[in-house]
Amino acid sequence: MADGAIQWREGTVRVDGTDLTVVTGGAGRPLLVLHDELGYAGSLKWNRALAARRTLVTPLHPGFGRTERAEWIGSIRDMAAFYARYLKENQLAPIDVIGFSLGGWIAGEMAASNPAQFRKMILVAPAGIRPQQGEILDFFQMMAPQQVLASVRDPANTREFAELYGGPMAPEQFESFEEARAQTARIAWTPFMHNPSLPHLLGVAGGLPTLIFWGRQDGVVPPSTAEAWRAAISGARVVMFDGCGHRPEIERSADFIREAEAFLGV
Amino acid sequence: MHVMYFTERPYRAVPNDEVIKNGFFGIPNKHFDSEKGAILLNEYLDEKILAEELGFDGVMLNEHHDTAFCMGSVMNVEASILARITKRVRIILLGNPLPVVGNPLRLAEELAMIDMISHGRLVTGWVRGAGSEQFATNANPGFNREYFNEAHDLVVQAWTRPGPWRYEGKHFHYRFIDPWALPLQKPHPPIWIPGLLSPETVVWCAQHRYPYIALATFLEPTVELWNIYRDAAAKEGYQVGPENFGYLQKVFVAETEEKARDLAKWDMFGGAGIGYSLFGKPQWMFPPGYNSKDATRRVARQFSDPAAAKGSPFAGGNGGAAKDNDATAQERIAQSQIDVRAGAWGTDHIDIEATRKQIFDAFPQVERAMQVICGTPKSVIPKIRKVLEVLRPGIFGFWQNDGPISSEARTQNIRLLAEEVVPATREIAKELGLVSPFEVKPGLRKLPASGIPESVGSLAPLAS
Repeated sequence: MADGAIQWREGTVRVDGTDLTVVTGGAGRPLLVLHDELGYAGSLKWNRALAARRTLVTPLHPGFGRTERAEWIGSIRDMAAFYARYLKENQLAPIDVIGFSLGGWIAGEMAASNPAQFRKMILVAPAGIRPQQGEILDFFQMMAPQQVLASVRDPANTREFAELYGGPMAPEQFESFEEARAQTARIAWTPFMHNPSLPHLLGVAGGLPTLIFWGRQDGVVPPSTAEAWRAAISGARVVMFDGCGHRPEIERSADFIREAEAFLGV
Repeated sequence: MHVMYFTERPYRAVPNDEVIKNGFFGIPNKHFDSEKGAILLNEYLDEKILAEELGFDGVMLNEHHDTAFCMGSVMNVEASILARITKRVRIILLGNPLPVVGNPLRLAEELAMIDMISHGRLVTGWVRGAGSEQFATNANPGFNREYFNEAHDLVVQAWTRPGPWRYEGKHFHYRFIDPWALPLQKPHPPIWIPGLLSPETVVWCAQHRYPYIALATFLEPTVELWNIYRDAAAKEGYQVGPENFGYLQKVFVAETEEKARDLAKWDMFGGAGIGYSLFGKPQWMFPPGYNSKDATRRVARQFSDPAAAKGSPFAGGNGGAAKDNDATAQERIAQSQIDVRAGAWGTDHIDIEATRKQIFDAFPQVERAMQVICGTPKSVIPKIRKVLEVLRPGIFGFWQNDGPISSEARTQNIRLLAEEVVPATREIAKELGLVSPFEVKPGLRKLPASGIPESVGSLAPLAS
């Protein structure tokens, strides 16, 4: 598919008997992109910007729709192990990674298991650690459209959000969200969207260059959780955006792109 | 025919304004008063004793959680008491929610004890649990069907396979299974499966030769569903009969037509017709992963086009069966249920008085669709005959008015039903050849020589 100057290619890679769908595009050193709990949103401003100098490698998580469900994957740690194998078998490690929300949790589990598979890590409002204050929004007690709305601070004035989700929801979009939500339930129903061990496991990832983005008005994963991540990974840096919800990449895309590029060194 | 009595054991003191605002599930339990609960729970047990005395064959229980709609949160507790305080009736559990129970081995033990204490009067059944139940018990909805299947197989094995043995499954694990509580009935108590017309469940029933009990569903899609069962049964090599089917019917009788109708309309707050739009909001009825892909597709269609639910969001009616001419029978069946249950999409701001009026205004429609049959004993009998002619069930349940009506009105309903309506119902059933699973074992009828199975139900009687 063509997207301005970026040619996005979709293909499959066999990983442990599962045909993993991977969307690839851009040029330069690869950047692994781990999408969030609602599935891959497609090419946005930030993807296009980073793809100018990096090859974005976006696998679509097993069970979230376009990659079939792997029955044995019963947790986010299983998912992390699945991707570790993908990286190894495709000679992609060590690789830079950016993970969003549930995808950030997967990246965190991968770093906790084997930090050497990453070169640099960006976490965007990651799930995975239980907030010390407040709770992760129980989006399972919402229908998908309400969950999507809750992900940004000001839906009406977030341009890319309106472009993505404005207007009546097509049945296909609803189904796609439901597939993603169903698989999220299978692997993160309880404990809900976190792993109590993770703050301890992450100790081994100390020194891994890590940048953590958060929105100060994040209504999904409380921003206070940023401090727990920073404390767990020594050397990690937090960038907190004011006036921003759970999706800085579309709510504050210009700042997000600038910070990400500076960190990745592109 | 097997004739049973059923009530949801509603907490009838719940403020109806709260029901209108929230649906039943999700009303804060500050509205629950244990003093009133104590009275009501005992009253519901007493009703079952009365139903036995007056000649019903069975008393049916179900289970719901966190809702004024049904106080039976642990129906095995009620069943245990009934096992001892009744003497003759079948105790019919429709059903234990396998996916939310969490410990199928303990369930097998509980049911075996109930069967022994009742001297073999237990009929057991299984459900997946409503969507809201997954939240109330924190059962992962993404594995609902897997839990159901695995727990079912495990319970049946625990009853029938000599112990001790070890079990390593996907969701359940036991290192030592050797229960010293085994059912009195051999190899195990009868299993009947209730439902709201999920085609997947119906096919599963046909494969296991379990009778399927439709819970006050609309007649037209129920007949279509009987045919899905019929075809699945034919694949298993047998012909269906009335013994494979049951039906639960709201029937409310009083001394006069006026009194009956005046009281019956309160059942709009107790499960009649619109019950499942008021049961719970969509986010609780459709948790992620709870539905199959096909069912999710139907929900998606409904959700993206809320206007498809015609008329008042709380109105009953069978719009789905009529409007989708090119959909398959299975899709239409599920669609008609979704139309009803999804009535409240997106209604954040509710005008309570206007909604209350809508609810009561829908009662004539609910009555026309025979979701509620009410009147004097004499006037309801021809209507029951019609239902029996259409569905030809071998099991028939009388569902009590579960609205906020008096205990006396409920008791009078039981008396009039038992003394005048049940005997007539038995006569009609005899005339129509509606045999129960106790008379003809489900799954033993031979297919016709042509190999083409015959239908059990038919819409033809509705035309006359």
